[in-house]
Amino acid sequence: MKLAVSLLMVSAVLLCASVVLANGQNAAKDNKANDDKSKYNKSAEIFAELGKAPEKARKRMNPLENDPEAIAAGRLLFEDHCAECHGDKAEGGKKGPNLRAPEVQNATPGSLFWLLTNGVVRKGMPVWSKLPEPQRWQLVRYLKSLRVVQPVPAEAAIKP
Amino acid sequence: MIRLRLALVAVAFALLSPVFSLPLAAQENPYFVTYDHNLEEPGNLEVEYFSTFGTQRTGNDFHSYWTELEYGATAWWTTEFYLNAQTTFHDSTAYSGFKWENRFRPLKHEHWINPVLYVEYEDINGTDKTLKEVVGHDVESDYLTSNAEARQEHKREVELKLILSSNTKGWNFSENIIAEKNLSNEPWEFGYALGASRPLSLKASARRCTFCRQNFTVGAEMYGGLGDRYSFGLKDTAHYLAPVAAWNLPSGWTLRLSPGFGLNDNSHAFLLRWGVSREITGFGDMVRRMFGGRP
Repeated sequence: MKLAVSLLMVSAVLLCASVVLANGQNAAKDNKANDDKSKYNKSAEIFAELGKAPEKARKRMNPLENDPEAIAAGRLLFEDHCAECHGDKAEGGKKGPNLRAPEVQNATPGSLFWLLTNGVVRKGMPVWSKLPEPQRWQLVRYLKSLRVVQPVPAEAAIKP
Repeated sequence: MIRLRLALVAVAFALLSPVFSLPLAAQENPYFVTYDHNLEEPGNLEVEYFSTFGTQRTGNDFHSYWTELEYGATAWWTTEFYLNAQTTFHDSTAYSGFKWENRFRPLKHEHWINPVLYVEYEDINGTDKTLKEVVGHDVESDYLTSNAEARQEHKREVELKLILSSNTKGWNFSENIIAEKNLSNEPWEFGYALGASRPLSLKASARRCTFCRQNFTVGAEMYGGLGDRYSFGLKDTAHYLAPVAAWNLPSGWTLRLSPGFGLNDNSHAFLLRWGVSREITGFGDMVRRMFGGRP
């Protein structure tokens, strides 16, 4: 019985390894243009979520707008929870879109707060409601303090 | 005797060793038994080691311990693997088995109450004393059996939980409804877990600090059995109340402590739980890179 269980577990590990290996090989075959295109599409889908914020949420003002420490605290929160996906400078990373894009910088603080609270779970953006409300507002304050960096146009992104 | 415990700790820390230098302050809840609706971030792996010291009336006290590997497969699915073991004083040390759990978030947005569906498969033996959940008529006297005898009992169980959880005004309130079935023709057993917790400060500090109030989360949890399909209710069931505390260090480590107290004569009088965990960001990408794929 123990032998059977051991064999089953070894098989499961080998199966997992082979799935990861296959994924890796398939991924290596993809060209950079497809990569950029999919990243651009994903960003557009996540930015589109900002527009889905209800009116009441969109109009919410940041209660920490005048807090002198909010930006510094928000930067530390960003480093801890967001930089992994959105890049150290919020210019976009392996998984997350550019947060200096006009779509983000022109969004109201309430919309950004709403997106942080709800996430875009089907597109990989987790829900951040586990951060207390003031910390989410500190993050919003930091994001709004960043300078706009124009994203790469779609045509340029998909050029091989 | 301590070889097994060392092995579990070694598994946990071998996985952690390559990432000791990565800074990442975790934001973990302080619960040991109750689940909230916050899932692991996609691609992150959390490695956890937990211990429970339990007193045993008319028997030997015990120390159970387990390692958890918790991986965020997607933003709506977290999967977790457990290895359990225990030492019963004046008896022996025993490997108790493994568990594999999955948590799914069915709703796209945050709501007043957020449901998460939990499915677990357990392959354990009778020596399991983790008390990670209390169901059915699990009572203190069940744990009197010697390890040599308990090791003969082999259990394959499926456990389902409905996790309901809310985050409001800095508080987390979580309720878990548990249904467990031993696959060898045993009746469904039921249980519950309730938890409430809050960080000591809701605002983050503008500088990195170890002892800032925001790094400490405190609360309490209560859990117990609700009988089985044929005798649902509180009769002959055990219940516990436990204050809980977590300390999220800026280095990315989380320490947890919880003294628990039995609420009736069916319960262990005292359970002391402690744990240490560390989140590894980008673990999924690391594995993909290891096999030659793109991050």
